[in-house]
Amino acid sequence: MTYLAKPKLHHPTLPKNKLGFTRRDYEGTISTLCAGCGHDSISAAIIQACFELEIEPHRVAKLSGIGCSSKTPTYFLGASHGFNSVHGRMPSVVTGANLANRELIYLGVSGDGDSASIGLGQFAHCMRRGVNMLYIVENNGVYGLTKGQFSATADRGSKSKKGVANTDASIDMVMLALQLGATFVARGFSGDKEQLVPLIKAAIEHQGAAFIDVISPCVAFNNHPGSTKSYDYVREHNEAVNFLDFMPPRAPITTEYEPGSVQAVMMHDGSTLVLRKLHADYDPHDRIGAMNHLAEHQAKGQVVTGLLYVEREPEDLHANLNTVDAPLNKLGERELCPGSATLEKFNASLR
Amino acid sequence: MAQPIEAINDFVVKFANVNGSGSASANALFAKAILRMGVPVSPRNIFPSNIQGLPTWYEVRVSEKGYLGRRGGVDLMVAMNPQTWSEDLAEIEPGGYLFYDSTKPLPKSRFRDDINVIGMPLTAICNDTYTDPRQRQLFKNIIYVGALSALLDIDPGVIAELIGEQYKGKEALLKPNVHALQLGRDYARAKLACPIGLRVKRASAVGDKIFIDGNNAAALGCVYGGATVAAWYPITPSSSMAEAFQRHCRRFRHDPESSKGRYAIIQAEDELASIGIVIGAGWNGSRAFTCTSGPGISLMQEFIGLAYFAEIPAVLFDVQRGGPSTGMPTRTQQSDLLACAYASHGDTKHPLLFPEDPKESFEFAALSFDLADRLQTPVFVMLDLDIGMNERLASPLTWDDSRRYDRGKVMTREDLEAGKEFGRYLDVDGDGIPFRTYPGTHPTRGAYFTRGTTKDRYARYSEAGPDYVDNMERLLKKFETAKAMLPQPLLTPAKYPARFGAIYYGSTGPAMQEALETLAERGIYVNALRVRGFPFQDEVAEFVRSHTKVFVVEQNRDAQLKTLLVNDAGVNPASLIPILHYDGTPITARFITEAVAERVRRLNVQPLRKAAQ
Repeated sequence: MTYLAKPKLHHPTLPKNKLGFTRRDYEGTISTLCAGCGHDSISAAIIQACFELEIEPHRVAKLSGIGCSSKTPTYFLGASHGFNSVHGRMPSVVTGANLANRELIYLGVSGDGDSASIGLGQFAHCMRRGVNMLYIVENNGVYGLTKGQFSATADRGSKSKKGVANTDASIDMVMLALQLGATFVARGFSGDKEQLVPLIKAAIEHQGAAFIDVISPCVAFNNHPGSTKSYDYVREHNEAVNFLDFMPPRAPITTEYEPGSVQAVMMHDGSTLVLRKLHADYDPHDRIGAMNHLAEHQAKGQVVTGLLYVEREPEDLHANLNTVDAPLNKLGERELCPGSATLEKFNASLR
Repeated sequence: MAQPIEAINDFVVKFANVNGSGSASANALFAKAILRMGVPVSPRNIFPSNIQGLPTWYEVRVSEKGYLGRRGGVDLMVAMNPQTWSEDLAEIEPGGYLFYDSTKPLPKSRFRDDINVIGMPLTAICNDTYTDPRQRQLFKNIIYVGALSALLDIDPGVIAELIGEQYKGKEALLKPNVHALQLGRDYARAKLACPIGLRVKRASAVGDKIFIDGNNAAALGCVYGGATVAAWYPITPSSSMAEAFQRHCRRFRHDPESSKGRYAIIQAEDELASIGIVIGAGWNGSRAFTCTSGPGISLMQEFIGLAYFAEIPAVLFDVQRGGPSTGMPTRTQQSDLLACAYASHGDTKHPLLFPEDPKESFEFAALSFDLADRLQTPVFVMLDLDIGMNERLASPLTWDDSRRYDRGKVMTREDLEAGKEFGRYLDVDGDGIPFRTYPGTHPTRGAYFTRGTTKDRYARYSEAGPDYVDNMERLLKKFETAKAMLPQPLLTPAKYPARFGAIYYGSTGPAMQEALETLAERGIYVNALRVRGFPFQDEVAEFVRSHTKVFVVEQNRDAQLKTLLVNDAGVNPASLIPILHYDGTPITARFITEAVAERVRRLNVQPLRKAAQ
């Protein structure tokens, strides 16, 4: 029923957040993806996260590349500016946008074809520069819009819908993000909203390059036996290292936790990440440890999820460039143009 | 033996050196000294794609008349590179001069008998004076500048003054340089016949002109024009523009209180990311640019189409070099016109600006940001290596402090609040340019989705034929609107009514002006029009129509501007005669003069003056 416009009316008793917005105010137009697509669950998680974080929708800029995943920004945050750029190049466009106005929240949505193949270079450089953004890869291991070719994140030996085995080694985006210096790295599963929503919330609040790889099964082309990105496979092999509860600044922690079972991480902005540990010895502040843990479990065919790494006091690109606090796009002649007297001096130095 | 050339303030000196030997600063010192004596010079670096070891040349044209184009031919060759000895010798005009290092004797057969040979044992002098090998190398250059000052009658005080400025506060370097200079000068005065037939005489032909390269001037134009975001990838001959922008920003763009910068410069991973960053920043309301050369433009094609179709301001500086492919990375051409004018797949076209010199590089750079914002489209500033990387005498840069940036049609929060209708691709006043909003402007109004796919006037995705055509037609209208905003073409009328016209642009300017004078002396009168922007104003087609034949003078093989004239201005191709120079060296007045005279002769036209007799 994707050709029908979403009704604007909603139930008067829908809960509102402190800004007076309902969850519906964070929605976009109706999805045109296949029924059951993991990407729609991710859109729903983004909507939920923004509603709960009480973000003004227009303060978010949502950008994407090309592909099924990159279509999704139309389906959430309808009051935000969106930019569906070119294939694999969302990271550079976000970088430029972020430089122009550091006050908005930048949400980059991409897929495994968009980010692991054609856009691998831009993904890498965006992470290593520390662009303050949330970079989500909706990872289904397959090219959906062009009907079922393997992508670069498809595991070696996994089978296509037609039964052909993939012979190429796979690219692990999480491992790359860790290596490249992303300051917040997580993996989620579109089939587990409980885990995903807090990860998105924490990543949005993170003041640096935040990356979430979300395994998001493609019901049309990659949800069959032999696939390692199907709902069944991921459910069976999900090895979560922790579960996250995101506590905004000044929010009282009301949940009761078993002593020793949680790790509270105070963030720079005053918010708290409460991690319910599933692996007792997993330390999300240890970049190398995280990479080792990932490699070990991956070798066993397991899919490691959760908050894998977070830096308490991240530095972003603006800090590295030492740019002024005011958004660059708000500066005018007075701040930018040195004027004629200075030019006269400049001329004099060239004679 | 040919008669030795005698010339005051009108000759060409060429230095043949080895790349990486430290000759560049000594040669520049030579050029600046002449300039300080009030005599215009135009130096050109002719350098290889190499850091050390390959041949490099520095050609200085001295011209009291102020001709800044390359003349062609060499009157004095300073031959410091054995690798290129034969070709350097061959380039000297009959009666010209050869200055060389005579430490190692050369057989007579290695010389020409129609030139004047001046040998000086530079290596021997250096070996006697210095023990450190690097010093021997570096001071050799200063020593020959000292010798040349005596041979050409250059005021040594002026050179010493320049050295003083260069090493201000570095006394340790100042003294030995002055000493080397004196050493060379003393030797020449004692052992060589000074001065030779070529001489520099104090004049006052420089006035208040400044000496600057186009890349540097363009970079400063970006600062004045309000650029806050720059993204680039190193590529010759454009890198020095990005570096100059960085330098200017450090000087002029730091908040005095916080010491933080009012700019962001990213050296990106490639040209694709560079233009992506520029487009992201432009979309978000910052003035942004990239600078690159031909190969970079090729890489940016897809993104340029996005900016055209989604209507996002962007400024691209193409410092052109010899193409195609890697081509001639360190040589000059005007061969990216078509690649830029029609960049990207599908039906696209983009405004181009053609600066002539550093002064226009500055002005057009600043202007390009107003154009990009007003037209909401990528704008190309077409520099080339000849303008970009050579210091050139130019009028002082000027700025009107009352000038305000034209940010174009941007709908504000107040506009939206007042209930103004917003359609991102809606033409409300007939100029083809719609309003845009910056992201984050208003909580409930003005948000839209930017995409490279087709859309309707309200930015809603639509593949409906009428919506698509409506949008494409509006883009054409916008392109038409651009004509009035671009710099107008400049006419140099001939002294007498002329049947012939000439169209030229960019770095061809100085050589063309000189050629026009020479042609007029020969009785060939040509009206000349310098186009400064694309799309062409109606006057350009009118100019072609009002002449029997029009020479189109360019520095590429395929007559690219001519193609644009025929294609876009609807000019009759039969009335255009291409004059093409594309060997990678800057076009010369001699070349243009001969080529035009030859065409005129073939067209069987008697020169006006003869016909009148």
